[in-house]
Amino acid sequence: MWIWLARRLAQILPTLLVLSFLIFGLQQLMPGDPALILAGEERGDPQVLAQIRAELRLDRPLYEQYLHWLGSVLTGDFGFSWRIRMPVAELILEKLPVTAQLATMAFLIGALIGVPMGILSAVRRDRPADWAANAVALFGISTPNFWLGIMLILLISVQLGWLPPSGYVPLTEDFRQSIATTIMPAFVLGTNIAGVLMRHTRAAMLTALSQDYVRTARAKGLPERVVVWKHALRNALIPVVTLGTIEFGRLLAGAVLTEQIFTIPGFGKLVVDAVFNRDYPVVQGVVLTTALIFVLLSLVADLLYMAINPRLRHA
Amino acid sequence: MSAPPALEVRDLAVEFATDRGILRAVDGVSFAVAPGRTLAIVGESGCGKSVTALAIMGLLPPHARVSGSIRLAGREIATLAPEERRKMRGAEMAMVFQEPMTSLNPAFTAGEQVAEALRLHQGLSRREAFARAVEMLAHVRIPDAARRARQYPHQLSGGMRQRVMIAMALACRPRLLIADEPTTALDVTVQAQILALIDELKRETGTAVVLITHDLGVVADHAEDVAVMYAGRIAERAPAAALFAVPQHPYTVGLLGAAPRLGRAAGGRLASIEGAVPDMARPPPGCRFAPRCPFRIARCAEEAPPLAEVAPGHASACWRAPLERILEAAA
Ligand SMILES: Nc1ncnc2c1ncn2[C@@H]1O[C@H](COP(=O)(O)OP(=O)(O)O)[C@@H](O)[C@H]1O
Ligand SMILES: [Mg+2]
Repeated sequence: MWIWLARRLAQILPTLLVLSFLIFGLQQLMPGDPALILAGEERGDPQVLAQIRAELRLDRPLYEQYLHWLGSVLTGDFGFSWRIRMPVAELILEKLPVTAQLATMAFLIGALIGVPMGILSAVRRDRPADWAANAVALFGISTPNFWLGIMLILLISVQLGWLPPSGYVPLTEDFRQSIATTIMPAFVLGTNIAGVLMRHTRAAMLTALSQDYVRTARAKGLPERVVVWKHALRNALIPVVTLGTIEFGRLLAGAVLTEQIFTIPGFGKLVVDAVFNRDYPVVQGVVLTTALIFVLLSLVADLLYMAINPRLRHA
Repeated sequence: MSAPPALEVRDLAVEFATDRGILRAVDGVSFAVAPGRTLAIVGESGCGKSVTALAIMGLLPPHARVSGSIRLAGREIATLAPEERRKMRGAEMAMVFQEPMTSLNPAFTAGEQVAEALRLHQGLSRREAFARAVEMLAHVRIPDAARRARQYPHQLSGGMRQRVMIAMALACRPRLLIADEPTTALDVTVQAQILALIDELKRETGTAVVLITHDLGVVADHAEDVAVMYAGRIAERAPAAALFAVPQHPYTVGLLGAAPRLGRAAGGRLASIEGAVPDMARPPPGCRFAPRCPFRIARCAEEAPPLAEVAPGHASACWRAPLERILEAAA
């Protein structure tokens, strides 16, 4: 197992290296000259443009730009935003907690709805409760987030006036306000997760409930509650946990549209603004950080998988 | 009056609603097992052995319709509320299944799984139950039981897993143990050990055993009584010695035909009898064995023979029983 872990960790760096190359390369395909955008009013002045290009090293060969960026990133320096005069690392550290809060709340909502619903529908297979749960899951998966977001704003904020339609208050500032500003986007994102988790939980539970060991558990005289929630669920959760971790990663990677709609100043909004402004260091930094989070989460998923699956732990 | 049998089944019938119509998997089965004795149920695959066992345990799926009487130490359990029935499982009656590789939960240790029954039925604490579980595992001859108790099923061999299953089944000293082909999936030497273990525990605790098998060699060595099943019904029921000496049903005769050195040869499996088992959703009228029976007469295809005594304790469902005369004439 330790060998496995070492091998797994050793894979991370090359993965990120390849990713950094892709991020940098693909970005060059973006239309528009950053110098032109940054020059603003003075975009007609060739001298200003040349100065900007020199300052941002845009006049250097691409490989040199890449190596320079890579070198700084490896020492933890993500560079400066061209647009907002702030270190990229600082911007990321400022936005990450916002997205992390949103992702965590969305994931909790999704898991608390999706997993029990999946269990229920497996136990009540082909009966009304199962049909209802499937309909809810389908709704969660197929409803576009932007549409649901706008509907919620119209209904809850505009019509009923219960929650603010947009904006964000940090957790550290005012807990209640913070929850109030994030609960709607979290719900929008959570319905999606709930649908995905419900379906996977249902499938995994149906498999588990048909296994011989479930019959053994019943033969022992265990109440059905214990048979379902202990013997079957314990095995069904193994694939669901892995999937859940990946879903959490997807949430962190940015709920771009949802953050836009609710004007939550998180990762999604940061990257969209940066792309429109050709703020390359920010785009590169955010995308690379996202990739890093993803890689780490998939490692966490594997570790969790091992932790709850005795067959792997002792292999 | 003598004590009631540990298990008494009367007119047990089980029906499944399938898309091909009603399937009567078990049709009017009756037998009894005394404490400390073993009844073997033999028959070809699909004749209703497992369904009979699951019906007794109350473990059939909800779409199964069960009728008839099932008495455990004189107490009728067929009509009990499901919740009452559940409490008897694992405590009063227990079952060991055919597939030791998949019958244990891969997510829990062997010790936990044995301890669970003890906590449930005897109200032991987690710690006490685990200690008892280790004792039970040692009792079923698992070497180094304390260490094995902390291992997961995938770390144990097939034979050891079946020992764990037996320990689990017998942990609460049930009146009745049903072992459904407990050794079919194991190799020959392990088979013998497991069966010997069941015998020994039976003698020690006075548990009644229903041993389901399709191996006549096993019957000869491990059972006092036998019920031969064919297509959901009992064809013949007798003390094991009598059944082997003077079989009274043509089906039994056929089975014995290809198992000459009973109990000794490894080839003690059931003989193949010409013809096929009837379609259970559309059984033939009359005797179900008639289409394959070399001794059939006109009546066999019209009227089903009842299970009737031909000698004390020896019953056969055949219009032509006792068969001695026919067999002698043929010889
Ligand atoms: N859950 C079920 N639903 C429908 N039919 C079943 C079910 N379980 C068993 N049967 C049918 O009942 C008959 C007897 O099966 P079984 O008791 O398992 O045979 P065996 O004697 O080999 O143990 C078979 O025809 C089988 O297809
Ligand atoms: Mg069977």
